[in-house]
Amino acid sequence: MDKQLITLRVNGEVHELAIPVHKTLLEVLREDLHLTGTKHGCELGECGTCTVLVDGQPVLSCLALAVEWQHRDIVTVEGLADGPRPHPLQQAFAELGAAQCGYCIPGTLLTAKALLDHNPRPTRQEIKEALSGNLCRCTGYIKIIEAVERAAQRMAAQTAFAESAAR
Amino acid sequence: MRPIEYASPRTKEQAVRLLASTWGETAVLAGGTDLLSLLKDDVIAPRRLVNIKEIEELRGIAFDPRKGLRLGALVTIEELLDDPRVRQHYSALAEAAEGIRSPQIRNMGTVGGDLCQRPRCWYFRAGFGLLARDAQGRSLVLHGDNRYHAILGNEGPAYFVSPSSLAPPLIAYEARLRLFGPGGTREMPVQAFFRIPQSEEEREHDLRPNEIVTEILIPPPRGEASATYEVRQREALDWPLATASVALQMDGDRVTAARIVMGHVAPIPWLSPEAAQTLVNKTITEDVAQAAGEAAVRRARSLGRNGYKIQLARVAVKRAILRAVQGGAR
Repeated sequence: MDKQLITLRVNGEVHELAIPVHKTLLEVLREDLHLTGTKHGCELGECGTCTVLVDGQPVLSCLALAVEWQHRDIVTVEGLADGPRPHPLQQAFAELGAAQCGYCIPGTLLTAKALLDHNPRPTRQEIKEALSGNLCRCTGYIKIIEAVERAAQRMAAQTAFAESAAR
Repeated sequence: MRPIEYASPRTKEQAVRLLASTWGETAVLAGGTDLLSLLKDDVIAPRRLVNIKEIEELRGIAFDPRKGLRLGALVTIEELLDDPRVRQHYSALAEAAEGIRSPQIRNMGTVGGDLCQRPRCWYFRAGFGLLARDAQGRSLVLHGDNRYHAILGNEGPAYFVSPSSLAPPLIAYEARLRLFGPGGTREMPVQAFFRIPQSEEEREHDLRPNEIVTEILIPPPRGEASATYEVRQREALDWPLATASVALQMDGDRVTAARIVMGHVAPIPWLSPEAAQTLVNKTITEDVAQAAGEAAVRRARSLGRNGYKIQLARVAVKRAILRAVQGGAR
C-alpha cells in the first residue's frame, strides 16, 4: 500500500505523517494522531459526530481524506480548552448535564463554537439551525441548546468585561 | 475504503490529463461528500482520485448586473448562500441552497458537485446499477420499493430521481454550464447536461469521463419573480421528496413568461412548459397557481408505491408560484 507524506496542522501543532491516501481525516486523527475525541458515527455524513473545524468551519472528517486538508487549520475537541481551563461551552455543557451519553458532544461542541465565533448572540432558532447536522440519539436537544445559550451569555459578558477593563 | 492513487493538479489542463477516457477508472474529487460515500459503499472503485480543489480558477462568485452571475464549480453551497447578491437577484437559487442540509455538508459540498452527484436510488447505492435490474434484466424498481422513485419521465428503463437541488432553479433562470476536457471547453444549457440513460453504460449527465465542470453562468436578472419550494420528510439531513423552482417574467401583475422546473420527481430536473403555459397573461391567484400545479403533474404516473409524490409535486409547484409573487414570503 503506497504511503504519502502529508503535513497536517491540528490544534496549532504541525504533524508530518506517512499515510495511505485513502485514509479519511477522521481515521488519521484517531489512529495516527491518537486524538480519539473525534468520534466515528454513521461514516456517511448524516450524523455529524465526526465534525471538526477546518479554518473555523465545521466539516465532516469522515467524508474528507486527510491528504486534502494539508496546511489548513484543523481544530478537534482536544483543542477547545485553554490549557487546564475548559472552554465556556464545555463548562456550560458540564454544568447543565448537556453531555448526556457524550458520543455526539465533541462534534456538537465544535459546531457550537463555530456558531458563537461568527454570531456571539444567536437566537434559539439560529442555534437549532446551526446544530441541525449534529444528531443526538439521547435526543436531549433541550439541554444542549440551553448550554449553548449559557455559554453565549458568559462569553458575551467576558467580552464586555475585557472591553471595559481595556478602556 | 480501498487503496487508491491520488493526484492534486493545479490547472484544469493537468486535471483532465490525469482523468481516464473510460468511466470507472478515475474519479473527480471536489467537496467529496457524495464521492466518499460512494467509495465507502463500494458503489465505485476507481484506481485514481483527481482532487480539483487546488485549481484556483474554478473558485469564486462574480456578479455584474449586465453580464449576470458566474459561479466557479468549486463555490461551496455555504458561499453561495452567504452571498447577498445571490439572495437579492436569484432568490430561487438561494432558497434551494438553503434546502441543502446540513451546515457541515454546505461547508464542504460544491455547486459543481451538486450537479454531478449520483442518484440516491437505494438500488443504485446498494450496487445494482443505475438502472437497477436483476440478473434477468427486469427492473427491481417496478417490482420493489419504489416509494422515492420517479413519477415523471418514468417510462423506463431509468426510474431514479435526479438528486440535484440547484439544477431546478438554474434551469428556471436559463443558466448555462461550462465543461473542460481534452478537446477544450464545451458550453451548454444546464438543462442539456442532464439526460435519461437508456443503458447501463450511459450516465445521467452529458459529461465525459475526462471532463470537469468548470463554471456556471446565469443570465442577468430581468426583474423576474422567482422562488423554490421543497416538500420534505425531515427538516434536517435529507434530500427533498419533491421540489419546484419558478421564474416568472412580470409586466405589473401580469405574467408574460414563466419557467417551472421540478426536482426529485424524474431522472432529470423536469421542465414543465405545460405548467408555465397556464400562467401566461394571468395574474397570480391561488386558483391560477393551483391550475399550474395540476398541469405540471398531468402526465405523472405512480410506479405503485410513489403515487403520493404526485400530490407533493402539485403542491410544490403551486406554493413556489405563490411564494415567488409574494416576494419570498414563507
